[in-house]
Amino acid sequence: MEYEAVIGLEVHVQLDTNSKMFTRVGTGFGYPPNTLTDPVVLGLPGALPVMNREAIEKSIKVGLLLGCKIAEICKWDRKNYFYPDMPKNYQISQFDQPICEGGEVEIEMPGENPAKMGKHRMVELTRIHLEEDVGKLTHYEQDSLVDYNRAGSPLLEIVSEPDMHSPEEVFAYLTSLRNSLVAAGISACDMEKGQLRCDANISVRPVGTETLGTKVELKNLNTISGVRNGVEYEIRRQIRAIQEGETIIQETRRWNPDQKYTTPMRTKEMAHDYRYFPDPDLMPVKVDQDWVDRIARELPEKPFDKQRRYQQDMNLPYTVTSALCGDHLLCAYFEKTTELAKSATKTANWVVNDLLRELSQANKTDELSEEPTKRVTPQSCPVTPQKLAELVNLIEDGKLTNNVAKELFPEMFSSGKSAAELIKEKGLDNQSDDVEIEGICAEAISNDPNAAEKFRGGKEGAINALKGAVMKATRGQANPKVVDETLRRLLASS
Amino acid sequence: MPDNSPIFKTAKELSSDLANGTLSSTELTQAMIERVDTVDDQIHAFLHLDKEDALNQAKLSDDRRANGKELSPLDGIPVSLKDVIAVQDQPLTAASKILENYRSPYDATVTQKLKHAGAVVAGRLNLDEFAMGSSTENSAYGATCNPWDLERVPGGSSGGSSAAVAARETPLSLGSDTGGSIRQPASLCGVVGMKPTYGMVSRYGLAAFASSLDQIGPFSKTVEDAALLLEIISGHDPLDSTSFPKDVPLYSQELDNVEQPGVIGLPKEFFGPGMDDEVRASIEQSIEHYRSLGFQTKEISLPTTELSIPVYYVIATAEASSNLARYDGIRYTSRSEHAQNAIDVYAKSRGEGFGPEVKRRCILGAYGLSSGYYDAYYLRAQKARTLIRQDFERAFKDVDAILTPTSPTPAFKFGEKSEDPISMYLSDIYTISTNLAGLPGISVPCGFTESGLPIGMQLIGQAFEETKLLKIAHAYDREHLYGTQAPTL
Repeated sequence: MEYEAVIGLEVHVQLDTNSKMFTRVGTGFGYPPNTLTDPVVLGLPGALPVMNREAIEKSIKVGLLLGCKIAEICKWDRKNYFYPDMPKNYQISQFDQPICEGGEVEIEMPGENPAKMGKHRMVELTRIHLEEDVGKLTHYEQDSLVDYNRAGSPLLEIVSEPDMHSPEEVFAYLTSLRNSLVAAGISACDMEKGQLRCDANISVRPVGTETLGTKVELKNLNTISGVRNGVEYEIRRQIRAIQEGETIIQETRRWNPDQKYTTPMRTKEMAHDYRYFPDPDLMPVKVDQDWVDRIARELPEKPFDKQRRYQQDMNLPYTVTSALCGDHLLCAYFEKTTELAKSATKTANWVVNDLLRELSQANKTDELSEEPTKRVTPQSCPVTPQKLAELVNLIEDGKLTNNVAKELFPEMFSSGKSAAELIKEKGLDNQSDDVEIEGICAEAISNDPNAAEKFRGGKEGAINALKGAVMKATRGQANPKVVDETLRRLLASS
Repeated sequence: MPDNSPIFKTAKELSSDLANGTLSSTELTQAMIERVDTVDDQIHAFLHLDKEDALNQAKLSDDRRANGKELSPLDGIPVSLKDVIAVQDQPLTAASKILENYRSPYDATVTQKLKHAGAVVAGRLNLDEFAMGSSTENSAYGATCNPWDLERVPGGSSGGSSAAVAARETPLSLGSDTGGSIRQPASLCGVVGMKPTYGMVSRYGLAAFASSLDQIGPFSKTVEDAALLLEIISGHDPLDSTSFPKDVPLYSQELDNVEQPGVIGLPKEFFGPGMDDEVRASIEQSIEHYRSLGFQTKEISLPTTELSIPVYYVIATAEASSNLARYDGIRYTSRSEHAQNAIDVYAKSRGEGFGPEVKRRCILGAYGLSSGYYDAYYLRAQKARTLIRQDFERAFKDVDAILTPTSPTPAFKFGEKSEDPISMYLSDIYTISTNLAGLPGISVPCGFTESGLPIGMQLIGQAFEETKLLKIAHAYDREHLYGTQAPTL
């Protein structure tokens, strides 16, 4: 019998807000342990929570972006359980009235080959709710240490329907979700920093059946590849178990990335009774429709919508758009450059080939550095959109050959100089160039009177021989457009 | 101690003495310290008194006054706090062993407000552990005695706050009231105690018992003094989401603005059996007095009254079970020395750190929230709570205030009820519904039993109508001033 997997994901995203979910203390990564704390974060006697407006606004933004229904009332519940990473031993969360319900995430499956667009489809969402993050435990042989810097940070839980069927779909879902959230400024979604975390609910069933099999919740999927590998392993484990006549039990399992297998954490019988009840410290807050409308008006374009626009309106090839649209900073850079440049296609090529190459090299050397802020982005790199547009336009105007431009670009990136500056410095000045080209063209005509004669007689193709001679004489450095114009002018006048 | 010690005076009198220079805050604070040194061995109202800190604050107040920069009518007057209200760098034990070594690193909002008003914030007052109880017998540090009869309880849970004012150990104090914890001990100790409308006073910095019911409020000898203290601690607080954004009237200046005597409601459910005869007689005299002042009285009905105790014990314990989860032996609370692993740290630290009543309520509360029981207990109690609130809303269409006894009996003896939780719970029968409805209530001393035990009457007002409630209470109090009578110690 053939089996198919049914997978639903619970994705936790740390919202990028100035302060924590229920207090004024700032959020951040990499600070000395327990410095981002105050009486509220530490759950000291008497401390009370106050809702963070920015976190609600960002949650609504996510909901609108993903087509969810936004709740009219924002209500809070307490989820009670004892764990040392949770200062109050209850987590403020949303139980029966999540801030967003429904919605969907558009995903793209891999195409036949990298140059071909893959199939797109929507993955249904169940709900999105907001809660406070917990602290971080580090275990040693005898002791455990806890750092509450992360505790109380706003955390969005995005729950999908059991609507995916393969590790590839899971990967596509996470990639798409992450691109959308990063582009909208919701979160940096860096899995290594725990800004995006993912649990998977996995079951299998015979192909063609509708009933869901017994689900297993898979945890500790800390990287995108971990998610992919863990899900893949768990699907195989379940199918094998069923084929061997075993029964799948409802349990939580842990992915062990080093050993590459999953192990049981707890069974359904060991599940907590969270004793949810409405948090009496927080009044339910009415969500103002005008507020929602205003957020809706300011929504950024979704990455796949942008990609379609680039393909349809700008005629950019799929490979280029897919390289651009996974990175909203690159898109912003590209769009700014295109406004100034004479060719969108050429600009796009420069961005996805040359700029990306220089950026990745610059950031590679920086990987040794501990300081994350040193990362070079399209926006912070020395080649500004103005400078790239100028370069593209020089080529378009025939004042610079593509080959020379390709050589200049790394220098522009390292020195911050403009193409014009470098041309002047290197004596690649176009005026002397033109005079020189005219001489070489004249020489080519006199060297091959036969071809000149044929062209004048109406044989258009004969000019190619002359062009070839000029290119050979200039070792390919001459601008073909300039050569073409010069030859035609000389042939017409003599 | 001579009876002319300033500590015997009302806050209003002290305020004018300080203003006309016949008294300094240092002298007053010194008198307070002497009084505590003299009588608190018998009363045990104070868990802690930082004398040096108190005198420092007094000195600063005197300096301000010398420069003509006094901050409020309470500048220089000591105010002592129930040991659940945070004061920076002072202990906060909630009368529990589990917080034995804890000091608060921050001020509660009411503490901040008192400090900004120049009050001398001095002394940590005893209570039933985590404010759970009606006799202050549940304190891990020993019970407080009723200054009128040392063999009797002062009431609770704010028994330290009521006894300290009654014993003239402090002119003013703050307590917290979740089901009667200010009004009942005020009644049993013969002082004024008031629970404001829920949301009127910030709870930030009050170690929570039941978040939806807790309110901080004043203890004093007179209604006038209660008004003075209330107007300082009230007001919207951005740090408390349940605090109400409303301006605070200057209650103390409104008290004598004569208003038309209104209608006083007498709920028939409160006057049934179970009330002590002397209490009944005293309350009837108070009612007569109001009639003599021109007030009308009207029998009303609050049919859901009998629900209030069961509803309260489901809701309050549910919230408490969650609120007290933070006391776990992990961070700032005492950790059991017998813990071998993480589960032990929780179970043993809490097992050793909490007293029996706290454990009873945490278990009861967790049960009511458990899956499968939630609908039958917690949800149902919330629905009943709405009915109780509606009862009061209906009643207040016809009356300006509701008058009841504060407690069915005068102060009872130690041990009399502590073995029987239900009978202890019933001592809050007249006060609990006010908390469930979120309304303001005040206990005003209204006489003594033949054996000399104080009796209190309760006046309940409409939400956020503190001014009206205080005026009605003052109309009675200014002609009797039972709270200015001091016990012999």
